[in-house]
Amino acid sequence: MSSMLKKAAVVSIPTVRQALIRSNPVLANALLAKRSYNSKGGVEMTVRDALNSALEEEMIADEKVYLLGEEVGQYNGAYKVSKGLLDKFGPKRVIDTPITESGFCGLAVGSAFAGLKPVCEFMTWNFAMQAIDQIVNSAAKTHYMSGGNVDCPITFRGPNGAASGVAAQHSQCFAAWYGSVPGLKVVSPWNSEDAKGLLKAAIRDPNPVVVLENELMYGISFPMSEAALSKDFVVEIGKAKIEKEGSDITIVAHSRSVGFALEAAELLEKQGVCKAEVINLRSIRPLDIDTIIKSVKKTNRLVTVEGGWPQYGVGSEICAQIMESEAFDHLDAPVVRVTGADIPTPYAANLESFAFPDTEVIARVVQRTLNKKIGA
Amino acid sequence: MLSSQKINLSKIAAKAITPLSFRTFASSAVARNVSINLHQGSFESYNCDAPSLEVNISKEELVRMYKSMVVMRRMEMASDGLYKAKLIRGFCHLCTGQEAVAVGMETALTAEDKIITAYRCHGFTYMRGGSITSILAELLGRKAGISGGKGGSMHMFTPNFYGGNGIVGAQVPLGAGISFAQKYLGNKAATFSLYGDGASNQGQVFEAYNMAKLWELPSVFVCENNRYGMGTAANRSSANTSYFKRGDYIPGLKVNGMDVLAVHQAVAYAKEWTVSGKGPLLLEMETYRYGGHSMSDPGTTYRTREEIQHMRSNNDPITGLKQRLLEFNVITEDEMKAIDKAARVEVDQAVEEAKASPEPDVDQLFTQIYQKEAGVKSLRGREPEETHYY
Ligand SMILES: Cc1ncc(C[n+]2csc(CCOP(=O)(O)OP(=O)(O)O)c2C)c(N)n1
Ligand SMILES: [Mg+2]
Repeated sequence: MSSMLKKAAVVSIPTVRQALIRSNPVLANALLAKRSYNSKGGVEMTVRDALNSALEEEMIADEKVYLLGEEVGQYNGAYKVSKGLLDKFGPKRVIDTPITESGFCGLAVGSAFAGLKPVCEFMTWNFAMQAIDQIVNSAAKTHYMSGGNVDCPITFRGPNGAASGVAAQHSQCFAAWYGSVPGLKVVSPWNSEDAKGLLKAAIRDPNPVVVLENELMYGISFPMSEAALSKDFVVEIGKAKIEKEGSDITIVAHSRSVGFALEAAELLEKQGVCKAEVINLRSIRPLDIDTIIKSVKKTNRLVTVEGGWPQYGVGSEICAQIMESEAFDHLDAPVVRVTGADIPTPYAANLESFAFPDTEVIARVVQRTLNKKIGA
Repeated sequence: MLSSQKINLSKIAAKAITPLSFRTFASSAVARNVSINLHQGSFESYNCDAPSLEVNISKEELVRMYKSMVVMRRMEMASDGLYKAKLIRGFCHLCTGQEAVAVGMETALTAEDKIITAYRCHGFTYMRGGSITSILAELLGRKAGISGGKGGSMHMFTPNFYGGNGIVGAQVPLGAGISFAQKYLGNKAATFSLYGDGASNQGQVFEAYNMAKLWELPSVFVCENNRYGMGTAANRSSANTSYFKRGDYIPGLKVNGMDVLAVHQAVAYAKEWTVSGKGPLLLEMETYRYGGHSMSDPGTTYRTREEIQHMRSNNDPITGLKQRLLEFNVITEDEMKAIDKAARVEVDQAVEEAKASPEPDVDQLFTQIYQKEAGVKSLRGREPEETHYY
């Protein structure tokens, strides 16, 4: 694992804690609960805690923000993302729903029409398929259909994509599904800063926003910058981030795949193969194609990486937009998509390991793409 | 093609499923019948008569009920151990405490009747003919698994059991559809669709009720009320916790689901009801899960340890049947101990067999996505060079 992907190591430095408690006890308690310190003294936070902070801060900032979903309250969230929020905000604003996705999602959308700012949690996005009509037909389209008369400031969130060993019905990526819908914004965070900044931006956004988290990332710690710790921190929706600069090839990824892409890039750089530029999409819709175009014009090669299915996927869309852009003339090799395999997710570990991209596949494809030349 | 044998399981390791005829408890004509009176509170009815409290049943069948419940509990204990040993991945939902439901149902049904349930499916898979080895091997993700290792804990099927479904509530209209096919094909049989107290609130459950009544389908909707859906107590999820009354225009029965004989009696009644053309019926099985929702849930944050202990000590389905077997001189305590021991041996052996099975062949990754993959020329893997050509 790269240094950026360390498992949460809670190294508390008592002196730091005490100093903070003395100077600002309220803030200290709120922050110290979620932070840990890496050996360099920087602050680290798990993706789970980053999401939890985002929810807490936005609920403090705006009375109209409320959270609903299955097990979000008394159980503290099926994956503990909403831990402690019921205690802090009470049952009016943290609402345990029955298992009725279509119903509670529709209800949340209705409350957004009427001026509230719901955060509608799906235990996983697999279950939101029960409610996709309300997301697509009600939330995404009403502002337009009403000639701008109705607003729908709602956030839909939950874990998306493959989890581990849960088979076909519980392991799939919905980025392409929601990414194709006009009226929706769709974000897909990778690390803790993404998670906090994008969720806060989603809650503040006056439009319906789909936040595609990843269960396998919840427990991973990442450094948090000073700015990211602030309650004013947001990550602009619609902007990709260059996670690593490079000159020889561009790797575009979102969610968990960003970590694999970075690992592959580091590996190839160590081996002296290439300097790859890694772009973390952050946002699926709007898609920041400009950042990708600029990068491709510099590196002349492109590989896309995602956990979703290949056909009509995020990578397919990026390929198409690159074809339609001036970056096409700068390509030295055909673009290649690394994706989830075109199969329902199998349970058995050995089969599952061939179903989703990992560092090795990305490195292999990058190397092959470097060796190809258009027309050659 | 609509055929009652539509599920094509020929590809499953031949050993995985015992033809039901060898395993059903169709009462033999042996005159060793006993007549047992159920407790007064065993049933509560809604817009229908309650079944008789007097159960006529052969001693042989009672013994088989006992054996099935003991094996089932052993099997789930083995799953628990395998999960803790990290040999089972992902979700794993055990039915410990709820054995009487699957066992009592089976004794009242034939292979023509169909069952469908959600993810808490190991016990039903066993009762509907799945071998212990094939169930455990599925949990381990092995070749000998009943779904070839592709489905895991939540997805197991046999010719008269339609799974093993992961999306809460989705199995209920599917079950209505299976009963639709039975009616269409003129089969004198019923389909039993199981769902939890949590699942009972899904809209599609009510949609299925409506169609089943409208078209008088031989559908029995069975709510396994184990008092919690994950960490949510029934009264926090459901405006009306009398689940047997929630069909409105569909009559219902509440059943003591911790008593295998009450379950047997109610299911026999429900089968007769539906097959005789009276349309659908609702059953609410009052039951209890001893463990957490799944292996990752300790199951103690939303209910007290005392409550669990109380259910175990006073309502355990195996203990309850044991007492009856002794009371009616069906078998002796020694014979019962021998059954317990044999169950342990059988499950232990199945664990070893399952562990000995290899992982599925990697070429299975691309099989069974379509019925005849030949019609599809290729499917892509993670990158173009991993494309599989049929
Ligand atoms: C549509 C959908 N929503 C949520 C889930 C997650 N989930 C799995 S089981 C479960 C609780 C179901 O409770 P209940 O119906 O009472 O069945 P039990 O587990 O008690 O047998 C939930 C919320 C799911 N699998 N599918
Ligand atoms: Mg339940």
